[in-house]
Amino acid sequence: MSTTDYLEKSRLRRFFEGDVWYSFTRNPVAIVAAVVTVGMILAALLAPLVAPHDPFDLAKLDIMDASLPPVWEAEGDARFLLGTDDQGRDILSTILYGARISLVVGFASVLFAMVVGIILGLISGYVGGRTDAFIMRIADIQLSFPAILIALLIDGVARGLIPKELHANISIYVLIFAIGVSGWVQYARTVRGSTLVEKNKEYVQAARVIGIRPLTILRRHVLPNVMGPVMVIATIHLAIAIITEATLSFLGVGVPPTTPSLGTLIRIGNEYLFSGDWWITIFPGATLVILVLAVNLLGDWMRDALNPKLR
Amino acid sequence: MDLLNINNLRIEFPSRHGTVVAVDDVTLKVQPGEVLGVVGESGAGKSTIGNAVIGLLEPPGEMTGGHVFLKSKQIDTLGAEAKRKIRGRRIGMIFQDPLTSLDPLQTIEQQLVETIELHLKLGEKKSQERAVDLLRQVGIPDPETRIKNYPHQFSGGMRQRVVIALALCAEPEVIIADEPTTALDVSIQAQILDLMRRLCREKQVGMIIITHDMGVIADITDRVAVMYHGKLVEEGTTAKILGNPDHPYTQSLISAVPRPDIRLKRFPMVNYIEAESVRPRHIDLATHWLGKSRDFEDVSGPLLSLKNLVMTFVTRHSIIKSRRKTFNAVDDVSFDIAEGEVFGLVGESGSGKSTVARMVCSLYKPAAGEVNFAGTDLTKIASESERDHFRRQMQMIFQDPFSSLNGRMKVMDIIAEPIRFHKLARTNREVEQIVTDLLDHVGLGAKAAVRFPHEFSGGQRQRISIARALATRPRFLICDEPTSALDVSIQAQILNLLKDLQEQLGLTMLFISHDLPVIRQMCDRVGVMKQGKLVEVAATEDLFEKPQAAYTRELLDLMPRLDKLSHEGLEVEKA
Repeated sequence: MSTTDYLEKSRLRRFFEGDVWYSFTRNPVAIVAAVVTVGMILAALLAPLVAPHDPFDLAKLDIMDASLPPVWEAEGDARFLLGTDDQGRDILSTILYGARISLVVGFASVLFAMVVGIILGLISGYVGGRTDAFIMRIADIQLSFPAILIALLIDGVARGLIPKELHANISIYVLIFAIGVSGWVQYARTVRGSTLVEKNKEYVQAARVIGIRPLTILRRHVLPNVMGPVMVIATIHLAIAIITEATLSFLGVGVPPTTPSLGTLIRIGNEYLFSGDWWITIFPGATLVILVLAVNLLGDWMRDALNPKLR
Repeated sequence: MDLLNINNLRIEFPSRHGTVVAVDDVTLKVQPGEVLGVVGESGAGKSTIGNAVIGLLEPPGEMTGGHVFLKSKQIDTLGAEAKRKIRGRRIGMIFQDPLTSLDPLQTIEQQLVETIELHLKLGEKKSQERAVDLLRQVGIPDPETRIKNYPHQFSGGMRQRVVIALALCAEPEVIIADEPTTALDVSIQAQILDLMRRLCREKQVGMIIITHDMGVIADITDRVAVMYHGKLVEEGTTAKILGNPDHPYTQSLISAVPRPDIRLKRFPMVNYIEAESVRPRHIDLATHWLGKSRDFEDVSGPLLSLKNLVMTFVTRHSIIKSRRKTFNAVDDVSFDIAEGEVFGLVGESGSGKSTVARMVCSLYKPAAGEVNFAGTDLTKIASESERDHFRRQMQMIFQDPFSSLNGRMKVMDIIAEPIRFHKLARTNREVEQIVTDLLDHVGLGAKAAVRFPHEFSGGQRQRISIARALATRPRFLICDEPTSALDVSIQAQILNLLKDLQEQLGLTMLFISHDLPVIRQMCDRVGVMKQGKLVEVAATEDLFEKPQAAYTRELLDLMPRLDKLSHEGLEVEKA
């Protein structure tokens, strides 16, 4: 490849000719997972446009439509593809809106955990000594509690401290914070490990010989080189964060019922399971399983594709 | 009848970017008791031949042509099971790294006896006797007790002896040794080669030695095959190939080998492999930007003067001071370097030479002693900004061209970083001009600026490193094993470049190497280090001709004897 060819190629073009994209096109599981994930994210984002009904517009709800089964059942109604719940809300529409909340909480808490974890991991690995020992012992202590317990604890404390009327408004942020905090350790450990390797490489030494200050070295030299494994963890963590959010909402400590997430929908539906209205809980549940499975498979593929040892 | 006969071998590695022909129409023959050397630089396909013969070609590689005969029986067409029976039994193998070729969880006895029982079908008692006997033959003292040891209880050289014993234990007819001494220190290399040579004669085994090292070739082989880009370019007796090579590649390869016995002006004819650019244009420091803003202090005495330098590493940490264990990596080292001088520091691995370099450029803080640079003791400087003034004057070139450049940055940004940091240019345009000019001077050309480091070969990356080091317009350059990770012809090019730049820019250099012949080519004065101490400092020619310290003499004796090598085209520098 001559230099001029190379110069004319955009970053995007080079990505599509690179090894990662090639490995992607050769992996049918990854392709299906990516299509499902992207499809679900798009559907959730565009919920107000694609949802057949607005389940939260009380004026449009009709109690006569309550508890209708899916369309293929004998009593099904063509207007409600996946049936309705006890208040006459369209299940498909609530799932689309619910997935939106789940994904927002998932992405935001992953981002939060990632930022905190990367910063602490970089400091821990680069500075070393007592700082490193201190940060890593905190990480160890936190790891000895299940993540869901920590999230519950933070959520409980927030409920105790914040007045009730205010809590409904900010509960989603509390949730993001709670899930984020319970997940930073993974990032910090991985980044610390990679930083320990990178900081002894000669390009970091070369930067030190030039005189570059530690913060700049971390930002410009170390950080870009430790991001590969972080992206892999982030993908897998996204699945875990969505599950954690669903669990918390299922337990009733997550988002308020006025803006239900997938977990909330499963909880509400759960109450009707024994009265035979299975569709209220099964469809949100299936959505959650498919979403998490797709994201996980994508993460698995990414781990293999980005690991030079497995190539 | 030939013992091993490789006929028109062709090996291809299909990949999505097209098929790579790793070995192209190679024909080799080995007779009993003969040592055949296969020499070539990295990527020449020499290891692939060895792997193909023993049937361990790594996928996706495949043999697409040719035949391999062992005593006139074709073996390349055999099935996997039949090949496995030949491997170890009739063809033995010795690999580069003795640590990974032995199972760390089994004693030497278990590994040897298992192999002997498997291949020779002897009883356990007989196998044990044979194992002890083999260890004695490869020169392991007290084999009866040592055989109960695990691999980690042996030193590197002893471990390689065990690997040789393992390769011999089924009485193979052919041994393939892939870089058998590359992981060993020079002193051990000579012993291992002697041992292999002797065993080969005694047992009438045919041996193929695959190596990049002309010293190994000169030491042990009867015949040599020279590989270049998958092709066999020349084959003949060792004396002929080394002394009077026909093919231009062989000539260029041999002329690039640093000689221990003479000092060359430059390495000639090294353009064969990676087109070397024209020699850097002459730089007039009075007008060129490299001469600008050299607001350096004039020095009356030496530019760099180290006084009683000590570096201590803690080997066991403890809160209680008396329980801590420390180790002096550098112990009371003092020497001076005059302005414009190239000072070499030589020693085996672990002698503390790199630690000295890291203290000089303030990567390590010495435990005691002074680093006087241009009249200022650098160890006494407290503020970072004050230190920057000296950092600008002092730059370093590192050993490993693959880890010394940040893979996420473009070459432009890598070289521009020191310029921007020290504010040596006013505008971005000016920065870019300087980078372009630097790339020109190191022989890469301006187009290299927009690429990423992984798109370059090892030698080209080392040129980028040199450009980065020159970007601050330093007066003092530390080269820490700058060529030890490079192929010999690339090494010659880089040494030429460093020599040229040193002359043109009047640089002062601290040149660190474990390789005495390289030191001889580059340095004016040399310091010899052993276990953290400086045992001798002398002018280069004096050191090589009249060494004073016993350790220096020992090192000089261990240098490969390369007097068989052709001197054609070499221009000797008079002292």
